Amino acid sequence: MQKIGVFVCWCGSNIAATVDVAAVAEAVKGEPGVVFATDYQYMCSEGGQSLIKETIKEQGLTGVVICSCSPRMHEATFRKTVEAAGINPYMLEIANIREQCSWIHKNKEEGTEKAIILAKAAVAKLNLNTPLIAGESRVVKRALVIGGGIAGIQTALDIAEAGYEVDIVEKQPTIGGKMTQIDKTFPTLDCAACILTPKMVDAAQSEKINIYSYSEVEKVSGFVGNFSVTIKKKPRYVNSDLCTGCGACMEKCPSKKTPNEFNMGLDNRTAIYIPFAQAIPKVPVIDTAACLHFKTGKCGICQKTCSANAIDFDQKEELITKEYGAIVVATGFNPLKPTKFDEYQYNQCADVVTSLEFERLMNAAGPTKGVLLRPSDQSHPKKIVFVQCVGSRGQSCRDHSYCSKICCMYTAKHAMLVRDKYPDTDVTVFYIDVRTPGKNFDEFYRRAVEEYGVHYIKGMVGKVEQVDGSLKVQASDLLSNDQMVLDADMVVLATAVEPDPTAKSLATMLTASIDTNNFFTEAHPKLRPVESPTAGVYLSGVCQGPKDIPETVAQGSACAAKVIGLLAKDKLLSNPCVAHSDELLCNGCSTCANVCAYGAIDYVDKEVNDHGKREVRHIAVVNEAVCQGCGACTVTCPSGAMDLKGFANRQIMAEVDAICK
Amino acid sequence: MSLNTKIDTETIERISGVNTRKCMKCGKCSATCPAFHEMDFHPHQFVAMVEKGDIEPLMKSKSIWNCLTCFACVQRCPRDVEPAKLVEAIRQAVIRQAGENHLKAEQIPEMLDSELPQQAIVSAFRKYKK
Repeated sequence: MQKIGVFVCWCGSNIAATVDVAAVAEAVKGEPGVVFATDYQYMCSEGGQSLIKETIKEQGLTGVVICSCSPRMHEATFRKTVEAAGINPYMLEIANIREQCSWIHKNKEEGTEKAIILAKAAVAKLNLNTPLIAGESRVVKRALVIGGGIAGIQTALDIAEAGYEVDIVEKQPTIGGKMTQIDKTFPTLDCAACILTPKMVDAAQSEKINIYSYSEVEKVSGFVGNFSVTIKKKPRYVNSDLCTGCGACMEKCPSKKTPNEFNMGLDNRTAIYIPFAQAIPKVPVIDTAACLHFKTGKCGICQKTCSANAIDFDQKEELITKEYGAIVVATGFNPLKPTKFDEYQYNQCADVVTSLEFERLMNAAGPTKGVLLRPSDQSHPKKIVFVQCVGSRGQSCRDHSYCSKICCMYTAKHAMLVRDKYPDTDVTVFYIDVRTPGKNFDEFYRRAVEEYGVHYIKGMVGKVEQVDGSLKVQASDLLSNDQMVLDADMVVLATAVEPDPTAKSLATMLTASIDTNNFFTEAHPKLRPVESPTAGVYLSGVCQGPKDIPETVAQGSACAAKVIGLLAKDKLLSNPCVAHSDELLCNGCSTCANVCAYGAIDYVDKEVNDHGKREVRHIAVVNEAVCQGCGACTVTCPSGAMDLKGFANRQIMAEVDAICK
Repeated sequence: MSLNTKIDTETIERISGVNTRKCMKCGKCSATCPAFHEMDFHPHQFVAMVEKGDIEPLMKSKSIWNCLTCFACVQRCPRDVEPAKLVEAIRQAVIRQAGENHLKAEQIPEMLDSELPQQAIVSAFRKYKK
């Protein structure tokens, strides 16, 4: 017989205002096994925890029920408390009378009644609990960073700095990500390349960092501390060990008509190419869709030109499998392509561009060498209209519901830079709200208005029309309650930030969760912002939600700190609440192995003693280190052989019985 | 018969099916409206004024008769507020009181155009007297 103590928490007024806590303590006193029950203002406080420890010793308790907040909040806290007083940590049950009771009820009578039922259910379960001992697993002292943008680079550099090995997997031919395409950064207007490329070089030169560029994650298995990841290295058709990065192949390549992705398609590149001068690694790739050798078998000029003999048309895709202790997701974003917004004429008119395209048009390394020329006729635009919130903050099927966060600031930056470089240019920004929270951000925006004379008009653009090579912009001026038509030479659309399209499939591979917008979900929105709910998987940068560069770098470093904390451990305690199979009941049907998402169930031929009858049977065995305790196998097993430790079928039924009594 | 203008936000929202609180005041409806300069109250004002319960001026406005029911505002509203449906609702609130339709039902078939949205036909039916 258990000796159970029940502790009912007030949680200040969070619980006590809707639940009569004293009545809950009183009501459970007659339950089987309960020898002590009380209430206390804050169970999780030092005083509350001392009360639990003292009572365990005084009353000789064998189990403890805490009626409080969700076990996600404080189960770990209270497990440590009871363990410190000499009780097995799995002889603790939490009755959630806050999130699932007091917070959702208004009527105190109903709240109290439900809290009593929840407390009784926990007592009924605890009567059947058995002490569980957590197993141990090793930690592979290496991290994988998926995505080599500024977020991934920062995380990798910090982990390497602490002395651990890091691999970066980047699907593009070079690391650097979106920041390589940006001209200047707000609010200081320092050049993006000047602050990013040294970090790229640091990553490349670090002995601890290994970069798999032009590669993708193919398969992930394992669990925290022990991931096994298969990386697909796409063929570059250039031998990275031999290539010197001289660029002679690119000069001679006759296929020169492929839209240049790095310049957002505003100019063309060759079939063999290095995305930009500071690329890392500085090794070209061959685009087989454009290469004449791959299309017709007739060219091969690059091969003849290359003095290092680095061109290898027979290079094959390579699969590499490595072990990692931690995985960091840093897959970043893409700007929305406004092809569905017919009213802005993006599809029809070359002079309607997105902000990232505009960024390339202003960049010294861009298609116009930093001279602002409009794409249609290469003339200097004299009137530019910026439209904010394109694809953000909407509820229609064309929009994302969230604010993309960075557009207000980069638009102010663009407007300011244009006015600074070309003071004779008239610049108008149409906005719904200007959102500039951040250090020196609002000052920056005000400077654009007050010192640089950018016209900010509250209202949206309704339509853009092309008339005689010029653009007519019809828009609202809400503060004057007017509709205006402006002539413009260029229109710049501040398009929404979208998670990278690979996010969804990657989340599935990692069993990490994503939200309805395909941003990765953090373990706790406030208190665990850089961890995913899946142990050992961490989040860095925009893959988790829209962020500017300073925030991304801060989050990248925070993420690294969490990874280092994990890698510094020699062993991890595993969750003992895992499945196990009763070998006498198992009939070897494989149903459980088919539903197991973690590959934790193996089948073995084993001699069993079934009531004196010895025979070899084909039975299920659970790998406890891999099992996550999800319970899918236990509900699938047709013969009732599978059960979950700590959540056994009879424990769950005891809870249900207590609730239905 | 004098016009009863004591009509509240709830009534207009119920007739139109529009939730005016979804509006984020971006003004794209008025930016896109081809009849803007013919109107004394503009599409974004319909949304704001209905939300505030300031419905009497709208019932007496020229705008309810000048709205083309072209649905550009509905098409382009990023928050699916559908201002044209509010204009239609206020028009109905006025017409229902007038006690008669301005077009005779039997006149409709010969005027039908399969390209027209259903609501445009209905609102034309309510709007014009021949």
